[in-house]
Amino acid sequence: MHRTGELFGQFKTLEQQKETATLGMWIFLVTEILFFGGLFLTYTINRHEFPSAFGVAGNMLDLNLGFANTIVLIASSFTMAMSVWSAETSRKKAIVVWLIATLVLGSVFLGIKVVEYKQKFDHHLVPGRNFDITYCSNSRNPCGLNAKDFENEQKEVREAIEAEGDYAKEQGFSYPGTMGMTAVNAHAQLYFSLYFGMTGLHALHMIVGAGLLLYLILEARKGRFDANYNTPVENIGLYWHFVDIVWIFLFPLLYLINRHLI
Amino acid sequence: MAEHREHIVSPKIYAVILGALLLGTWITVRAAKIDLGRMNIVLALAIAVTKMTLVILFFMHGKYSPRRTQLVIIAGFFWLAIMLGLTLTDYTARHQEPSRSSNPPAISIHS
Repeated sequence: MHRTGELFGQFKTLEQQKETATLGMWIFLVTEILFFGGLFLTYTINRHEFPSAFGVAGNMLDLNLGFANTIVLIASSFTMAMSVWSAETSRKKAIVVWLIATLVLGSVFLGIKVVEYKQKFDHHLVPGRNFDITYCSNSRNPCGLNAKDFENEQKEVREAIEAEGDYAKEQGFSYPGTMGMTAVNAHAQLYFSLYFGMTGLHALHMIVGAGLLLYLILEARKGRFDANYNTPVENIGLYWHFVDIVWIFLFPLLYLINRHLI
Repeated sequence: MAEHREHIVSPKIYAVILGALLLGTWITVRAAKIDLGRMNIVLALAIAVTKMTLVILFFMHGKYSPRRTQLVIIAGFFWLAIMLGLTLTDYTARHQEPSRSSNPPAISIHS
């Protein structure tokens, strides 16, 4: 494995060698686009089929935490871009500082995610036997909602149950009222399965990214990267920005479905 | 092919892009709180695509990459568009289509 940036026999110039490595990284990222694309497609179809249940479930997420995480992740993309710049201009101390900043911001993101996941367990929003989409609208105290939010949430859940009940009636079910409740609960679980699946896969990518950043920091401290050789910084940077792009889509799709209702 | 020196994007451009991305995030949250009907999702996706384009062009140096790298990037999204687009033509058309026969179907999937 070459680490110092010597020119390999099959390349004409160092620049061509780096471009080839970057092209390979992009081809990997294309496979990642299609990997996440399958999940986005599943999400789109289910949201299209069950709009009211997805709206109710989406409003159960904590918008402030999601917004804060978006800011943190965008900031980490900036610090990553700055470490690439530091490498390209041979600022060997600055590379380490910017990389550490990126790792810290990435860790903050994962920390906030942990707080959010814990909240979902507390609010009975994890798919399974204890799932109950009406948990927060049944009693005010456990979810800490203020009077107005609580009222809006109750109204939204009620309307979703009615909408699903109407659909059940159209389909010829005998008890549209009970069916409505069951259907909202079932389809909201679908939303939360996708929520945990998509944000979980995204978080897994962040954890891998954090490991890669740790490797870069250790190498950068030895002064390995400069204007002549910075391919690992550039390519891990591409990966980090890709993970940021996934979140740029996850945030509006998961957190902002029916925000005008609450 | 003519050789060209690697293009180094300046911190100034990175800072401008950071500002644009933060602004986009703020706008998307504000816009979600207004009831625009079906336009809500269209606007949210338009902002997200704009933010993604900025990240790819500048943070990921897509604008300064060789042509063949740019082709790979575009091809990736082209394939994604095929997957999303062609599947949705099916799903969006399913419920609108009324039954061709005047009699209701003997077996309904849902019951």
